[in-house]
Amino acid sequence: MASRAGQISAALLGLAVAALTLGSAAMTAGHATDWSLGPADGAALRFTLLQAALSAAVSGVLAIPLARALARRRFPGRSLLIRLLAAPFLLPVVVAVLGLLAVFGRAGPVNAALAAAGLPPLSIYGLHGVVIAHVFLNLPLVTRMLLQGWQAIPAERFRLAEALGMPPPSQFRHLEWPMLRSLLPGAFATVFLLCLTSFAVALTLGGGPKASTLELAIYQALRFDFDLGRAALLAAVQFGLCAAVTLATLRLTPGGVFGPGVDRAGGVSSPPGWRHGADALAIGLAVAFLLGPLLAVMLRGLPGLAGLPLTVWPALGRSVALSIASALLASTAALTLALAVTRGQSWLEIAAMLPLSASGLVMGTGLFLAVHPTISPESLALPVTLMVNATMALPYLFRLLLPEARALRADYGRLSESLGLTGVARLRLVTLPRLARPLGFGTGLAAALSMGDLGVIALFAGERTETLPLLVQRLMGAYRMEAAAAAALVLVAASFALFWAFDRWGAARAAT
Amino acid sequence: MLRLDRVEISQGTFRLTADWQVSAGEKVAVIGPSGAGKSTLLMALAGFVPYAGKVLWQGGDLGPMPPGERPLSILFQDQNLFPHLTVAQNLGLGISPRLSLGAEDHARIETTLQRVGLGGMGARKPGQLSGGQIGRAALARALLRARSILLLDEPFAALGPALKAEMLDLVAETAAETGATVLMVTHDPADARRFAGLTVLVEAGIAHAPQPTADLFANPPPALQAYLGQ
Amino acid sequence: MKTIPLAAGFACLATLAAADTPVLDVYTYDSFAAEWGPGPAIEKGFEATCGCDLRFVTAGDGAALLARVQLEGAASAADVVVGIDTNLTAAARATGLFAPHGQPAVTGLPMAYDDADFLPFDWGWFAFVHNKTLANPPKSFEELAASDLKIVIEDPRSSTPGLGLVMWVKAAYGDRAAEIWAGLKDNIVTVTPGWSEAYGLFLEGEADMVLSYTTSPAYHLIAESDDSKAAAAFGEGHYMQVEVAGKLAASDQPALADAFLAYLVSDAAQNVIPTTNWMYPANPLTAGLPKGFETLIQPEKSLLMAQDEAGALRDAAVAEWQAALAK
Repeated sequence: MASRAGQISAALLGLAVAALTLGSAAMTAGHATDWSLGPADGAALRFTLLQAALSAAVSGVLAIPLARALARRRFPGRSLLIRLLAAPFLLPVVVAVLGLLAVFGRAGPVNAALAAAGLPPLSIYGLHGVVIAHVFLNLPLVTRMLLQGWQAIPAERFRLAEALGMPPPSQFRHLEWPMLRSLLPGAFATVFLLCLTSFAVALTLGGGPKASTLELAIYQALRFDFDLGRAALLAAVQFGLCAAVTLATLRLTPGGVFGPGVDRAGGVSSPPGWRHGADALAIGLAVAFLLGPLLAVMLRGLPGLAGLPLTVWPALGRSVALSIASALLASTAALTLALAVTRGQSWLEIAAMLPLSASGLVMGTGLFLAVHPTISPESLALPVTLMVNATMALPYLFRLLLPEARALRADYGRLSESLGLTGVARLRLVTLPRLARPLGFGTGLAAALSMGDLGVIALFAGERTETLPLLVQRLMGAYRMEAAAAAALVLVAASFALFWAFDRWGAARAAT
Repeated sequence: MLRLDRVEISQGTFRLTADWQVSAGEKVAVIGPSGAGKSTLLMALAGFVPYAGKVLWQGGDLGPMPPGERPLSILFQDQNLFPHLTVAQNLGLGISPRLSLGAEDHARIETTLQRVGLGGMGARKPGQLSGGQIGRAALARALLRARSILLLDEPFAALGPALKAEMLDLVAETAAETGATVLMVTHDPADARRFAGLTVLVEAGIAHAPQPTADLFANPPPALQAYLGQ
Repeated sequence: MKTIPLAAGFACLATLAAADTPVLDVYTYDSFAAEWGPGPAIEKGFEATCGCDLRFVTAGDGAALLARVQLEGAASAADVVVGIDTNLTAAARATGLFAPHGQPAVTGLPMAYDDADFLPFDWGWFAFVHNKTLANPPKSFEELAASDLKIVIEDPRSSTPGLGLVMWVKAAYGDRAAEIWAGLKDNIVTVTPGWSEAYGLFLEGEADMVLSYTTSPAYHLIAESDDSKAAAAFGEGHYMQVEVAGKLAASDQPALADAFLAYLVSDAAQNVIPTTNWMYPANPLTAGLPKGFETLIQPEKSLLMAQDEAGALRDAAVAEWQAALAK
């Protein structure tokens, strides 16, 4: 009976997510007077697809050697490094772009080194710049997804492979490739969908109007032309792509690959020789690529810390409270949906992925239209932001939880049922402890994403609801670049602290 | 009495029928070639595989009952213990699925652990146990659950002959103590002879009615002859 | 933890309910109401005399502001909107939501500007800002196009300065605009979504020049005692950005709204503008401009399209820009 209630609540949740995403687009469409796409929208669609596909493919390809190197090497500071590597994903986009430019830009160390070597300068502007930025932002996420995959291969399998005298290439083919095969489509889809709604990165680094994305077209339609019909149509195109990609992913993802192990320490073997050097190289390059811009963000922010306006602190408090609340909401929803999908309500998988392609602008506009006639938008600024942020973070959490929830069901579903473990008891004794690691990581991600999010609050914010990202934006808009960089550093530090705390909680719960 | 009333399991092209009964307290071996459906039969009894027909225990239909409420315990081929819980907690699930245990329950758990030769190991995690010890812990939990039927899906297949014999004796002992009816899947005729008064032969889509084990092996039908390599 | 935002929400509602003094809702863009913007001083000055509560409600920028008012329509709580750009006044007027402001025309603009619906409160000239170390800054778009200087500009589809630049080229060159853009193509490092990204890139050394305002160097000079920045004077003239305020026809506080508009263009409020919004005041200041403004370039020719012309040309000019740069 408990499972019946679970099914219904999961279905209601799926409908709520669909209402927030599709419904808000419909709400926007409902106020439209004209229905047509602009002449440049076709080109925007093509560029959007191209950059998203390239970004997702490159992120996936680069994450494989990196995750593998991290999975099979043990060195001092390894777990610290793994947590630090997640940081780029947590950066607010504008901060990340400025960090990247500090390294790869005209005046950055890369071009200084090229000039010293007598080589022509490298320009980061163009399609390749967009892809570099998207890889910078998303490689950490894909790496963590794959790393979890490696950790999920039972140590027994690797022992068996070694006992059989399998060389590393065969181990890869028989143990690691099947794992990758099951995880890569989901990882690709996540990054692809994320890049689908790229706006600031694509525009700033794209070098010109050739690099126009659908999201820019939506922004233009909503802000400059007040063309709600075109905005809704473009949002529908994004949703259509999202549904298509999610369905394709479902078809491409094979079911459970591995049986369970008994939680013995060990895992991937660490082959010596040149492979050691290759792993060290992969880790070293990743550290330079991912942490270099981060260091630049820190260095830019430090000088202004002393001169920060006092409003930073209440804004920080508001942002932290908001992000913790939306992270908890998102993880509860993602867990409910992931468990429901493993029980066979597979349509919920599409519902859970929808927010990834939702335009924050369209969602905010739709919600605004929905609440405005009855309630003052300012009084709802924080609750609405909470809900939208939780919805936007849902797909990441869901992607992280689903494979593990599937494995859990395959491995311990029957045992749990035979012992009469159902409902809350099963959640407390089996599901939460077994899923603590991805749950902690995912909740941390959601908290950090929500921290950095600017989207909806800007539409609803009143006098007393300023969040930290909004403050950063306001400082930048008033020439106060130094204070903005310092506030951004506070923001990044707070995001990272939240992520760290949740991730640590998950790892600790999983270890005991 | 456990009665399988025109039970029919269909999974794709696979089909298995069974229509027989065994008295309460019997120990029954289930034997037959790989892929014949021995495990599937047990999974159906445990409520994990849908079937047509009825499974009745003491006249009551098990059909509507969820697995955890059926009057039976099952030991799987593996994954009998949750790796994140201690051995004592794994046993505790046999008393209360919510793990709300009193002092008395903890005492019972410790006593049962001693019965199966795991005294003092309650605080360990399954990862710290050997294969044989994991089997004992799972059996100990079945003992605590004290259900009328015990289904064994080759839980000891990975153990050596001496250890396996020991485990089977332990099963026999506990079954005698609780009066449980036991159905045990096995590949090994020696297990059947040592343990089970009756044997069900599963082959060619049929789980045949139980026959006395001694008779069956003394005068094996052609399918069993082929399986035994005679 | 979930109670905190809820509590904040209720606190907002509570302040609404507790207000027994009349409330004037002023919609404006973010940086106007920020603590370092003109908003706080203007709020304090106006509340000292009006016996009312002035509340700023903010939306990202001028375009977002108008979109917000359009979304809310006649049910909007806004009494006054402050900060619409002249390129958008045609669209704003077309909504039919605004009422005549009833104030005398302002006199501080380089050209006469009289509009019954929209009242200018500040203005500035668009210009390319560079470091003074730049040798021979270009004196026109043609010189800029012929140079190998790198510039950062804003996207006209998402920012008002970006749109201002497109109108600037159109106003100065008319049918030759596409040709000018084609020439500028290899000078443009990148196009950013908004002013702050472009200016940030320039300060990081990503470009030699950035599209900003002639008043930008005054910020560095006055607020940071840094005189290293200058704006390049272009011979074809500089396009103007005029920021206007308007009164909502559906305002429930029309008298307060009138009083606020009068205050906004009074000497007290106008005095705040130069060193908070870093723009020129719409009415001449009795005390003159703050020290430092005299160092800024004074374009000889000011360009500004008539509002209807701007409204009619906008889409075509943006398409022309896009086509020239996307080649």
